[in-house]
Amino acid sequence: MNIKFKQETFRGDFTYRNSPENIRRFPFPFHEDKYMYSVNMEPHVPAGPKGFAFESLIDVDEHYISEMHDRALVLKEDPLRCQALPHMMAGQWDVLELIMEQQAAGYPEHFSLTKNGDQWHWINRPMGIDQKFTFGDASTLPYEPMEYITRQAQGDFCIVDQRDNNLWMDAGMVTTQADWSLDFDIGMNFMEWHGPVPLAHQMGVFDRALKFLLNLQQSKPVRRLNWTMTINPRLDTSPENYPKWGPDRMTVTPENIGDKVHLRCELQSLWRLPRSNAILFVIRCYLLKMEELVQVPKWARRFHRVLRDLPPELADYKGLTKFRPMTIDWLSKYDDGAPTSSGIFPE
Amino acid sequence: MLVQGIKSRPVYTGLAIDLQARRHLFALEGEGIEALLDQVKAVGAQFLETSDILCVGKLPDVKAEYMWSAPTIPVLLNRLNVNLINAKMGTRLYLSGTEGFIGQAMKIALDQNIDFNSIRTEHRGSTARRVQCVHCKGITDDVKTSPFTCAHCGLNLLVRDHYSRRLAAFQGVCIDAEQPGTAPAPVVMFP
Repeated sequence: MNIKFKQETFRGDFTYRNSPENIRRFPFPFHEDKYMYSVNMEPHVPAGPKGFAFESLIDVDEHYISEMHDRALVLKEDPLRCQALPHMMAGQWDVLELIMEQQAAGYPEHFSLTKNGDQWHWINRPMGIDQKFTFGDASTLPYEPMEYITRQAQGDFCIVDQRDNNLWMDAGMVTTQADWSLDFDIGMNFMEWHGPVPLAHQMGVFDRALKFLLNLQQSKPVRRLNWTMTINPRLDTSPENYPKWGPDRMTVTPENIGDKVHLRCELQSLWRLPRSNAILFVIRCYLLKMEELVQVPKWARRFHRVLRDLPPELADYKGLTKFRPMTIDWLSKYDDGAPTSSGIFPE
Repeated sequence: MLVQGIKSRPVYTGLAIDLQARRHLFALEGEGIEALLDQVKAVGAQFLETSDILCVGKLPDVKAEYMWSAPTIPVLLNRLNVNLINAKMGTRLYLSGTEGFIGQAMKIALDQNIDFNSIRTEHRGSTARRVQCVHCKGITDDVKTSPFTCAHCGLNLLVRDHYSRRLAAFQGVCIDAEQPGTAPAPVVMFP
């Protein structure tokens, strides 16, 4: 299937939109009418209706070219969004191989990878890249391997090292994040980088998640969905740039909710890497404005109920407090009280 | 007392002299001297015969094999770095003083590939925080209030309970980004 790539912006005039087909492939993060933290992990295998975001394990969609352009702008402004500690080079090559193989397997019309021993040939047609290089020799690429390939892959990528019975955030490319800083958190262990999250520590969520991930096996990736809300389709909601995007929250009115308020879903996938024994943590961000969300009646009903019944600490942590009541009110028009089917897929 | 329960902040469990160590290297600041003196009371003075003591300002009233006084923290940190480069197997590192001092000294040790778990630390003195502005990345020392004004870019920063060992600093985030000019008055949180 040939994807028609769009040209659009995630800043300034915010021309980002989803096509009708793209709305129905959105990984809607609620499988029931309420939400609380859980270790909601499942095998990362193809699932859902044809063309859904779970069809290829490293998903490429119509926003690919524009997202890669936005990433390049972020990196130009703030190179510290991409960092790797010196001991992570094996993990970097693991990630390069994984992304190239997955993108070539999922989208052969757009990407191809040829291997001849350590002589590799990578073609990325949408971005016009044709690269021959020596696998394992970083001097044959224009960037270090992780930066090279993650400038060509949608989503944020963290390489998490495993030692001392813990996981360590030791490398990453993070330009589309929901308010956390790689530059601040790099080098931290699993409990430390999750330190600011409320409620979940006491619930034991992180203890269970860590135990699970330490035993993650090769070729058996797992996924979970996480979510928040963003005003305007802005990918870069980093703490670094909070003074730039924070004021957006004050611009929401009952008239512009449908256009401005976005459900932001993170499709997180975790992969054991073969050489380094590290874990690749992919955090792929999807944005859907309220006008688009209500085109799927099940999602409109369900999101209304989730938002209405959300514990206040969670609403506060996710930064929803200012516009939540208005959004609940707006969504209520689309909730007739009918029951919803279980699971995340559209009816 | 430091606030408890911040997941990313190191736990300062006390100097507890390692009697198996072949050498003891101390870096002390301000009231950190008292932590050393308490150890002398607890386990006797013998370990001082194989100790190097680096202090900011006044030296403790003990006799150690080597004692050295630095006029300021940065000067001490340079010297600590040299001592660590030359340190031999079997050296135990001890740090005591304010949290900002311990953090900066620990950073020097981390850069010399010392495992942070092996360093003995004891917090003494003020609870003021060293804070990195997440926006301009500038570090402000000795922060006693939240919010406070970033010494570099001038934004009003909330001090988050989130600590980076690599930066030896807490995270400061603009408190009035959504509505500039609405920052609440500073409150002394870290006296």
